[in-house]
Amino acid sequence: MSTTAGTAPVIELDGVEKVFDVRRKTGTLRRTRTRVRAVDGISFTVPRGEVVGYIGPNGAGKSTTVKMLTGILNPSAGRIRIDGIDPTRERTRLARRIGVVFGQRTTLWWDLPLRDSYELVRRMYRVPDAVYARNLDTCVELLDLGPLLEVPVRQLSLGQRMRGDIAAALLHDPEVLYLDEPTIGLDVVSKSRVRDFLRGFNAERGTTILLTTHDLTDIESLCRRVMVIDHGRLVYDGGLDGLHASGESERTLIADFARELPPIDLPGARCVGVDGPRQSFAFPAGRSAAPLVAALAADHPLVDLSIREPAIEDVISRMYGATS
Amino acid sequence: MAELTPGEVAAALPAAAGRPEHQEPRWQPAEAMRAYALIVRMWVRSTMAYRTSFVLTALGNLAATGLDFLTIVLMFAHIHALGGFTLPEVALLYGATSTSFGIADLTLGSMDRLGRRVRDGTLDVLLLRPAPVLAQVAADRFALRRLGRITQGVLVLGWALLRVDVRWSPVNVALVPVMLVSGAVIFGAVYVAGAAFQFLAQDAAEVQSSVTYGGNTMLQYPPGIFARDLVRGVTFVVPLAFVNWLPALHVLGRPDPLGLPGWLDFASPAVALLCCLPAAAAWRAGLRAYRSTGS
Repeated sequence: MSTTAGTAPVIELDGVEKVFDVRRKTGTLRRTRTRVRAVDGISFTVPRGEVVGYIGPNGAGKSTTVKMLTGILNPSAGRIRIDGIDPTRERTRLARRIGVVFGQRTTLWWDLPLRDSYELVRRMYRVPDAVYARNLDTCVELLDLGPLLEVPVRQLSLGQRMRGDIAAALLHDPEVLYLDEPTIGLDVVSKSRVRDFLRGFNAERGTTILLTTHDLTDIESLCRRVMVIDHGRLVYDGGLDGLHASGESERTLIADFARELPPIDLPGARCVGVDGPRQSFAFPAGRSAAPLVAALAADHPLVDLSIREPAIEDVISRMYGATS
Repeated sequence: MAELTPGEVAAALPAAAGRPEHQEPRWQPAEAMRAYALIVRMWVRSTMAYRTSFVLTALGNLAATGLDFLTIVLMFAHIHALGGFTLPEVALLYGATSTSFGIADLTLGSMDRLGRRVRDGTLDVLLLRPAPVLAQVAADRFALRRLGRITQGVLVLGWALLRVDVRWSPVNVALVPVMLVSGAVIFGAVYVAGAAFQFLAQDAAEVQSSVTYGGNTMLQYPPGIFARDLVRGVTFVVPLAFVNWLPALHVLGRPDPLGLPGWLDFASPAVALLCCLPAAAAWRAGLRAYRSTGS
């Protein structure tokens, strides 16, 4: 493994911008040009081995960023380095060090057995035999691909194909893995299978993972760090906890009493619902629930308690509301 | 499927051996040819997944192009010469351009799908691979059925070579293969330039087809039957006249309608190489434009 493991950032962005000229027909011959800033000055670094969630609403600049990081698009301004490589100038060298999975776009060969697609990767990336055998064995075992290797890709289910695509992106030992909506359209079991695999692979191999997704369960189960992009700008970069705090989200304490009571005035929380003997109290997500529980139990006939975590969707939409 | 904990996943993974040393950049044309061959192999195997369908389309292709020549034969049932050319002489022109065009069409013919790839965004997948994009686009959807066109061209050419009344000097003998290869390269350059244009205008494939398919049809007939300006156009603007007209006229010992200097009859290889320069420049410019604007 690299001597710089864990210290030097593997992904570096400094003031990266992407400006598109969008031409629109406004008459038979007349066209108007508008400049769209899809990415408007983004800077961040990702240390080797980290798993980062990159989220934001549609059109926020997520995929444009990923396209620049993978060398598909050149930035209009700013500096990008992936493992020290400038994606604009050395696209093919970069390609050997990254793996990319587009959830809605397979790189597998439709009419050929899954194994043939992997053989192409082996040859095209010049993967040494030992490395190829080791990576294929790992992926086949953990992604349960064994029975699928000889099956033409067109006969695979969506979940099977996604697992096949993830394996294809890892056979050449990439330093960085980009996943664009890796669980889109999958059932619950397939989703959790994919997440378990990614978590384990990252833990063992130290592969850096950048994940864009609309499924916030992906983020919660995989990422310690989240970046939120909106209107081409980074509006949040930090842990999930901090995301809740900056979104001013609230947790809900649900208390069941022995009998129906009038709404209770609880310091540090507000009563948001009374349903027979059940009352709900909202309080800031950053605060502990213990004093509230103690206060309730001391003065009232408490039977049962539960706490509902805030939905991260709400947190983010509140955040988008705040920036736009 | 059983749920796995991260610990179980990690335990099943072998200890991470060192990452392989990443390869140094290699000589680009060799890399391009290698990638081209790898992808062509995949498409041929994909085609063979539907073997019957392949056989039928290949035969259909051969039959369709065969009928094409049959119309010329039928025409000669009523006339003795076309623009002063006998049937074997026209067949020589026909066979030469069909073979050259067939080679270019087989190796690069699928490049007119680039526009679609740009539109639906699947070009991005090619940009993620460690191989030249041109080679990948050229090999995309490689269609083995196009061997039908080459087969037919070669058959017609063979028949013509046996039947034309020509003194086979060493120069004339050498000129035939040179003509075929140069012609294929010229058509290939048109395909690459046409594909490059599709980065900017995604529905430009028709323009390209008018030059390639249209040009091929035109070159099947003697230059004398076309308007002078048209012949000038395909000599000096898009130099298709060098595909077969000028070298074939030399072989047949006939003057060209424009009265060009005789040495131009041997200029096809040089013209073919010259065509590659603007085609390559156009390709680079097109790809650069794509990477800076996206789709």
